Amino acid sequence: MTGTATLAAQANGFLSPSGVEVAFLLVGLVTLGAAVVTVTTKQLVHAALWLVAALGGLAVEYLLLTAEFIAWVQVLIYVGSVVVLLLFGLMLTKAPIGRSPDADSAHRWPALGVAVAAAAALVWVVVDAFRTTWIDLDGAPQGTTKVSGEILFRHWVLPFEALSVLLLAALVGAIVLSRRKNEER
Amino acid sequence: MSSDTLDVALRLIAVFVAFLVLPLVVGQTEHKVMAHMQGRLGPMYAGGFHGWAQLVADGVKFAQKEDVVPANADRRIFQLAPAVALLPYLLVLLAIPIGPGNAVGQFVDAGIFFVLAVMGVGVLGSLMAGWASANKFSLLGGLRTAAQLLAYELPMLLAAASVAMAAGTVSLPGIVDAFHWWWVPWQIVGGLVFFTAGLAELQRPPFDMPVADSEIIFGAYTEYTGLRFAMFLLAEYAGIVVLCGLTTVLFLGGWHGPFGADGLGWLWTLLKTALLAFVVIWLRVTYPRLREDQLQKLAWTVLIPLALAQIALTGVVKVVTQ
Repeated sequence: MTGTATLAAQANGFLSPSGVEVAFLLVGLVTLGAAVVTVTTKQLVHAALWLVAALGGLAVEYLLLTAEFIAWVQVLIYVGSVVVLLLFGLMLTKAPIGRSPDADSAHRWPALGVAVAAAAALVWVVVDAFRTTWIDLDGAPQGTTKVSGEILFRHWVLPFEALSVLLLAALVGAIVLSRRKNEER
Repeated sequence: MSSDTLDVALRLIAVFVAFLVLPLVVGQTEHKVMAHMQGRLGPMYAGGFHGWAQLVADGVKFAQKEDVVPANADRRIFQLAPAVALLPYLLVLLAIPIGPGNAVGQFVDAGIFFVLAVMGVGVLGSLMAGWASANKFSLLGGLRTAAQLLAYELPMLLAAASVAMAAGTVSLPGIVDAFHWWWVPWQIVGGLVFFTAGLAELQRPPFDMPVADSEIIFGAYTEYTGLRFAMFLLAEYAGIVVLCGLTTVLFLGGWHGPFGADGLGWLWTLLKTALLAFVVIWLRVTYPRLREDQLQKLAWTVLIPLALAQIALTGVVKVVTQ
């Protein structure tokens, strides 16, 4: 993290290295706060809008790590499409203005447990996988479109293709499910 | 360093002025062009010469009106929505190059992704307005907006991806630099898909189902008055400027003139943008509104296959000519 932050500072020349780090921390805190409000607020649509803040904050974090391409894709996919889909779904329900007292689940504590376990597993895997990886600061800045594209389609092309097949299967599955319902009517 | 700061400040001011002036010019043109196409004169009094100051007068009128928030509305979201709808277009305008060299507000490495991502955020404003107004017409408008965005975002992205493939870069100045005249016939299908999908995303006629005034009053903006309403209107016209500018940059070669006449530079960009804006207005006067099912059908069964075919064509030509 420090390495890329230093790189960002050198590339831009606007912020000192510590400045980028401070910004990274502050944005991280805001993102965390927005995420916590997302799951605790009793107002359904507000939860979706706080999710926008959390996802947008994450995009800013990517930007601060010089991963510009990932940042814009994050905004495009999550803020522009996923949240719009969520809001669309919420508008189809009776999501009221103001609090929904029944917007609570009895599984609050198990959910927290699962979330913490999942986060721990992810952090552990990522830390373990990249512990000995060093970022080369001499070449083009890591995270630009060119570098990301080369890494994606040279080193990670097989997982990429596997993922696209998985998504295609999900797409076909969604079409099949929605068609079957129509026939039953 | 200080000259750097001055440079950035000047660019920001220039973009901001363009953001304030160009949508008004488009709006005034719409007044006059629509009027003449319908055998009227349009505004003739404000400002003297052919009513040039009509929109300024409208602005003053909007500023004087009372800013009403319905009692049952979700106050804060209701008040925030117009800003969410308007600001993304200002950000997008920053990244659109108008001339060769350095004539862009702020160079963005992944320019295409930046503009499309930020334009998508603008629609959140309409959704917020639709839900927070506590009005059934607003809610219906919001629903239609969301459905429309979901349907038309994909063909727009695919068409833009085709140009990026052709140019071998995702930066907007890079794409215009790589432009050759034969790109126009090569990418024409993608260009049409992009422009059509963009119109739908802006909810301009014939895709103005979300604000269909004869059915749901004014959709998500029904409850808005005064300056906040004016901001939504401004967002619509800023959207026209952005869409036409983007189509120019991606598909019509930006500052490259026809037959190698590149001398005018940034004037070509403005000229092409203005021409496209005229087409937008023209379509409003000539085409009836599409019904909701026709709208969805057009996106999923016509535009997306066309965009995919364009990508295939781009790929084939790219591989063959290499």
